[in-house]
Amino acid sequence: MTEYWFYLAASLGLLLSMALMLARLLSGPTLYDRTLAVNSFGTKTVLFLCMFGFVIDRSDGVDIALLYALINFVATIAILKFFRYRALDIALARMGTEPLNGERQ
Amino acid sequence: MTLDPLQILDVAFLAMLLVIAFAIVRLNNLFAVVMLTGVYSLVSAVWLLVLDAVDVSFTEAAVGAGVSTVLMLGAMLLTAREAKPVSASRRLGPLAVSIAAGAALFYALPDLPPYGAADTPANSYVGLEYLERTGTDTHIPNVVTAVLASYRGFDTFGETVVIFAAGLGVMLLLGLNGRKKKEDSK
Repeated sequence: MTEYWFYLAASLGLLLSMALMLARLLSGPTLYDRTLAVNSFGTKTVLFLCMFGFVIDRSDGVDIALLYALINFVATIAILKFFRYRALDIALARMGTEPLNGERQ
Repeated sequence: MTLDPLQILDVAFLAMLLVIAFAIVRLNNLFAVVMLTGVYSLVSAVWLLVLDAVDVSFTEAAVGAGVSTVLMLGAMLLTAREAKPVSASRRLGPLAVSIAAGAALFYALPDLPPYGAADTPANSYVGLEYLERTGTDTHIPNVVTAVLASYRGFDTFGETVVIFAAGLGVMLLLGLNGRKKKEDSK
């Protein structure tokens, strides 16, 4: 039973850090702050799901956390691609040959 | 009345959703709004998981947090980076619609069964049959998966075909060979 409260307290701690990331996401000020906040928020979510699996004493939490980690990764790649090239339809393999300032026209 | 510790998590996630929703309405920076919609989907997905609705949570995470964020970014490329503030008189119509929809939801609230009740309609009639027979019929450990993929397998297959056809139609309308044309015109 003490383990249950330990896991629950750890989950609440992760929730608190999610709230802190949310505050950074809301206040900005630059786009990179927001991108980093979103990525870190996703990481905290993954950690929370792992810990929640322990709270409810089922191992499903880790499977779902893995899926969320993958989605988080893809979303961050898409956002950074948007910053770099101002377009999403460029293949990753071609990226090195594109002009640096990202202007396609 | 004793509070289930897990309900603390419910309240915390709902409070987070409320904060994000207000921020989405208030902010003018469209990039921040796109980021916030992604985070909103992520938080609601985790909240659905805390409520033990794993299948809905999976869908919300994949569609809401994953694909929609990327699609919204793509849509943002075609518009401005900042939203123009809307005049106060033009906000009244949407406000009235929101209040009416919220009032209708609160009106329907007392008819819902209590939280965690065992004798809800969903758990009384055919639901019990599924719970009893899934293990012997299909050998799938998750009942929701068994219903979707086995008992209603043809239904799910039909839905997949419809969505595939719709996606194919959209891609054909938007043009799959847009880049090729650009290179031809050079």
